[in-house]
Amino acid sequence: MASSEVTRQLQNDNCRPLSLSGHVGFDSLPDQLVNKSINQGFCFNILCIGETGIGKSTLIDTLFNTSFDDRVSTHFQPNVRLRAQTYELQESNVRLKLTIVNTVGFGDQINKEDSYQPIVDYIDAQFEAYLQEELKIKRSLYNYHDTRIHVCLYFISPTGHSLKTLDLLTMKNLDSKVNIIPVIAKADTISKTELQKFKIKLMSELVSNGVQIYQFPTDDETISKINATMNGHLPFAVVGSMEEMKVGNKMVKARQYPWGIVQVENENHCDFVKLREMLICTNMEDLREQTHARHYELYRRCKLEEMGFRDTGPENKPVSLQETYEAKRHEFFGELQRKEEEMRQMFVQRVKEKEAILKEAERELQAKFEHLKRLHQEERMKLEEKRKLLEDDMIAFNKRKAATELLQAQAFASTPSVTLKKDKDRKNFM
Amino acid sequence: MEGELVQPAPEETPRDANPANVGLELFGYVGIEAVLDQMRIKTMKTGFEFNLMVVGQSGLGKSTMVNTLFKSKVSRKPTGPGYEERIPKTVQLQSITHVIEEKGVKMKLTVTDTPGFGDQINNENCWDPIIKYINEQYEKYLREEILISRKRKIPDTRVHSCVYFVPPTGHWLRPLDLEFMRRLSKIVNMVPVIAKADTLTLEERAEFKKRVRGLGRESVYPQEDFDDNSDDRILNNKIRDKIPFAVVGADKEHQVNGKRILGRKTKWGIIEVENPAHCEFPLLRDLLIRSHLQDLKDITHNVHYESYRMQRLNESNRLALSPINGLLGKDEVESDL
Repeated sequence: MASSEVTRQLQNDNCRPLSLSGHVGFDSLPDQLVNKSINQGFCFNILCIGETGIGKSTLIDTLFNTSFDDRVSTHFQPNVRLRAQTYELQESNVRLKLTIVNTVGFGDQINKEDSYQPIVDYIDAQFEAYLQEELKIKRSLYNYHDTRIHVCLYFISPTGHSLKTLDLLTMKNLDSKVNIIPVIAKADTISKTELQKFKIKLMSELVSNGVQIYQFPTDDETISKINATMNGHLPFAVVGSMEEMKVGNKMVKARQYPWGIVQVENENHCDFVKLREMLICTNMEDLREQTHARHYELYRRCKLEEMGFRDTGPENKPVSLQETYEAKRHEFFGELQRKEEEMRQMFVQRVKEKEAILKEAERELQAKFEHLKRLHQEERMKLEEKRKLLEDDMIAFNKRKAATELLQAQAFASTPSVTLKKDKDRKNFM
Repeated sequence: MEGELVQPAPEETPRDANPANVGLELFGYVGIEAVLDQMRIKTMKTGFEFNLMVVGQSGLGKSTMVNTLFKSKVSRKPTGPGYEERIPKTVQLQSITHVIEEKGVKMKLTVTDTPGFGDQINNENCWDPIIKYINEQYEKYLREEILISRKRKIPDTRVHSCVYFVPPTGHWLRPLDLEFMRRLSKIVNMVPVIAKADTLTLEERAEFKKRVRGLGRESVYPQEDFDDNSDDRILNNKIRDKIPFAVVGADKEHQVNGKRILGRKTKWGIIEVENPAHCEFPLLRDLLIRSHLQDLKDITHNVHYESYRMQRLNESNRLALSPINGLLGKDEVESDL
């Protein structure tokens, strides 16, 4: 079989650098890519976890500078549910499909053991949907609406002491599935000194419990410095507000207290600006990439291994997904055929039984018919006999009658004239 | 905030909630458009890959054309004395990989040459090795993609574009050209060019194109089905009107009007390669590199690769996994793109 010979001319290490003697023009490649992405639009999914009333919806409103229509929920939910809503935002020519998933009823129950399970299930369900689409034979990945959670904002209540057990438990269960950014909510209830201590305490607790929160990437020179400083400010202490107040000569978003005004976008007052910077302006793309390359791949690997697929076979030979899939398919088909056979057997069995029953019934019917017929015959014969008797009787009677008439006639014959005259007279009279 | 007691809302998943997504107004600057810069920085860091294949008979100027396109000695043809270019007995494929950089953008360029194509006396099935090669690259990518633990960035060796060199006979496309283009345009983006176009005058060129356009039109790049919106369609229609491009390749510079220009020097004048009045090389270069490079890669990934994958996964449901045999004879069964 004539095989194609591909001779790769190896230079130093597979490719040698080449110098250009003029302008070729492929430096427009990133622009081409960016243009295509603009046409397609971007997708970003945020999950907000926090107790009821901690300020999740307000913070999201403030972050994206718009008011999402989110209803206030009560404290009396029986269990934790997730509510997801998708919005389309546009800024200059960039279209963003933003999905915000809120936890409803988190931390409200008396028994909070299962609080984190619905969240984990939800995240897994999104990964599963993507995996299903990727494994399809006829798939359309490039216009698939990606619903995988890219970032999880975990709202810590500002007690000032330490993390609650519920928080630790939830974060521990989520850190391998999603990028977690912890934020301290309602930070205007903590004073500055307390805040520092609180942050240090929180971070040490997270580290000592092995919770992996999202670290801003520091491998790219342009953003590594700012990311490194931001990493030191985690968790961000935020205040959210959509109400505007006049401070100085500008309208700013703020919360008004009798003792002063807390400005949301003032870096001295809270870390809101830092959060917005990090989340949206600097690292949105990296968050998406981490979700896809790390968390999703981990999920995929676990799921496929669970289903029994392996990369290497029993003798450590590489086995492709196809072969395992083929084997499983054969197995499945065998199983299917066996079940079909079973069902067929059962069907035949039932038919036989039914036939037997019907035959029985028929036989009974036949017997009854015979019986009735016999009865009928007997009746008939009886009647025949009776009739015969009756006829005999009638014949006997007729005979007797004839005999008597004869006797009478003879008696009349012995006195004929009298009777004749009488008869004549009688005849004349008639 | 109104403290109304609301009934618990029914649980909604993103897929069936708000089928009409709510479009919202932003009250102020949020910073969403910074994602474009993030994307740009990221892609510049990872670099790009581009795989080009040139197909045509020997002597049509393929290597020179590639050198002119990328303004460097991509394919080195030794021209010393005593060297005879041997025409190989079968079609061979040779791939050379280079890394080129321009203004911070790194590109790994792989050029696959096909010496021996169409050079034998009996050229039947000379396209088979090429089809097999292209499918092998798809297969490699597919295998990487369906691994359990797969690499972060799968190396992409799939052929993104195939430039087919049509000899400038001036009459029609030859049966070999038609066969080849028909078969290959189904699995790879095909860009036909008229080679050595300096042998045709402008009128002859227009005549040739007119005749060629009717016959060899089947789904060459850019395919009409993949125009995204009307702007694309207008742009691509302009390109489609000019296909196939009449190109001239040159890698020597000459002095013209005090400037150094790439061109071919003849006794009757200098043919300037980059002059749109002389030949259509700038159009080819713009199509391949400046404007449609990403599009070529996208169509290869989203369309050609997907159809290969679909076919492969479907047929493995019927027969056990066997080494690739080039999908010979299945061309007729394939659906049109």
